[in-house]
Amino acid sequence: MSGIRLNGLAKTYRSPEGPVHAVRGVDVSIAAGETVALLGPNGAGKSTTIDMVLGLARPDAGEVSVFGRSPDDAVAAGAVGAMLQTGELIRDLDVRELVAMVASLYPAPLDVDETLALCGIEGIAGRRTQKLSGGQTQRVRFAIALVSDPELLVLDEPTVAMDVEGRRAFWETMRAFAARGKTVLFATHYLEEADAYADRVVLMAHGRIVADGPPTEIKALVGSRTIRATLPGASLDALAALPGVTSAERRGAAIALVCSDSDAAIRALLTVHPDAADIEIAGAGLEQAFVQLTGEAAGEVLA
Amino acid sequence: MSATYLRFELLRTLRNRRFLFLSLGFPLVFYLLVAGSARGVRDLGDSGLSAPLYYMVGLVSFGAMSAMLSSGARIAAERQAGWHRQVRITPLPPRAYLRAKVLTGYLMALLTMAVLFAAGAAMGVSLPAGRWLEMTGLILVGLVPFAALGILVGHLVSVEAIGPAMGGGIALLAFLGGTWFPIPDHGLLHVVGQLLPSYWLVQAGHVALGGAAWGRQGWLTVGIWSIVLARLAMLAFRRDTARV
Repeated sequence: MSGIRLNGLAKTYRSPEGPVHAVRGVDVSIAAGETVALLGPNGAGKSTTIDMVLGLARPDAGEVSVFGRSPDDAVAAGAVGAMLQTGELIRDLDVRELVAMVASLYPAPLDVDETLALCGIEGIAGRRTQKLSGGQTQRVRFAIALVSDPELLVLDEPTVAMDVEGRRAFWETMRAFAARGKTVLFATHYLEEADAYADRVVLMAHGRIVADGPPTEIKALVGSRTIRATLPGASLDALAALPGVTSAERRGAAIALVCSDSDAAIRALLTVHPDAADIEIAGAGLEQAFVQLTGEAAGEVLA
Repeated sequence: MSATYLRFELLRTLRNRRFLFLSLGFPLVFYLLVAGSARGVRDLGDSGLSAPLYYMVGLVSFGAMSAMLSSGARIAAERQAGWHRQVRITPLPPRAYLRAKVLTGYLMALLTMAVLFAAGAAMGVSLPAGRWLEMTGLILVGLVPFAALGILVGHLVSVEAIGPAMGGGIALLAFLGGTWFPIPDHGLLHVVGQLLPSYWLVQAGHVALGGAAWGRQGWLTVGIWSIVLARLAMLAFRRDTARV
């Protein structure tokens, strides 16, 4: 089964500050029907990778194959639907008209009203596109991506302008769509979104893939928390052996425990060392996780 | 498949009221002011022509040219919105996209012309059907270079700069083409004017005034401009939508 293949992709942009190596050797193979999250902080190369999958950017090296075809051919055949990261809607059409206009360009589109209902925008079908809120605009852009009934759905940070409720509804629609055997590739910098909605997570930093695996694996990798406390005299080896603790470090009187399960770790720590003081528990967050994974600061590489 | 696309493109253009009013309203108001104040003049500047007819013809050329070039402003606005990237990832062929832009421009030009013809008729202008048809036909052909120019500028100039670029460009083309006053039949202005597509657009209008049709030089000039500008428009379009 030929899905999506990215082989040795590389892309460098020129900028006033010199060349920006946005993507530096990306290899991914996505099976048809798979839902894959491209997870990474800003500037990791996610959008550039997606642009190359869509044929909007030309790789300097490597190649992309979409169901055995070039991105351009896949797009021309109507096999790809995408919600780009940026982009406004054109004005002076109502929502239904705009979706119908896009639908008319595809060989086998979904029913327009069905698509509107799927995206929860049937209530604003008659509203002009220039009079929508940010969240409504995002949902219309989603409808534009879906109406072609694509084999590959590409979503580049789709939930950015949405509120919590909107996000939940959005991902549910995406899941229902994916359940029809469609391939979905989405970019996000929220670990929770990748964890909850993808079959597989590809972790990117500095234009490279740093991890690729099921969400649980990636979550364990980047979802760690650190417990800091003042605790003179405790043995590092004993601390590292506590439940939920991955590693332990000491700086003078202070200790830092990197935890896969900080809840279990703090309970165990306080049982063994009730005298621990100045306790702090902090989530690593993606940025910090990438620093740990790659040994470089993610901010060093520009978008 | 692109018939629906075209229909919605035309609908969008007609719905942008501010745009429509300005683009139809400006030549109309101008006409009513200039020709209205000289309504009784039957022999304008010894030309043997009535003021309402003379100005109607001048403003038809000018209005049709401006309306046609207005497609550039719409293209620039769509580029600003990032819509061209969204269109790129649909199966719409570039040819169909460009055709829709050209036809939208022609729709605007025809509307402008219709409004001015109606205003002229209201002021007592009447023309033999044959002459009116010949003039209208020639103007439609004379608009071809401007259809290409609109697309060229739309893909070249940012939305911030397109206002001044269009305003200045249209004023210059209209001035050198003889929209505002007759180009003398010798000298530098005459030579420069005859090289411009706007000159032949004005000449097309002058058919209604009893002038001669284009002749070989007219057809040649309009043809060359059409080819050159269409080439450049295609280049600008390709460069603008090229993969980077």
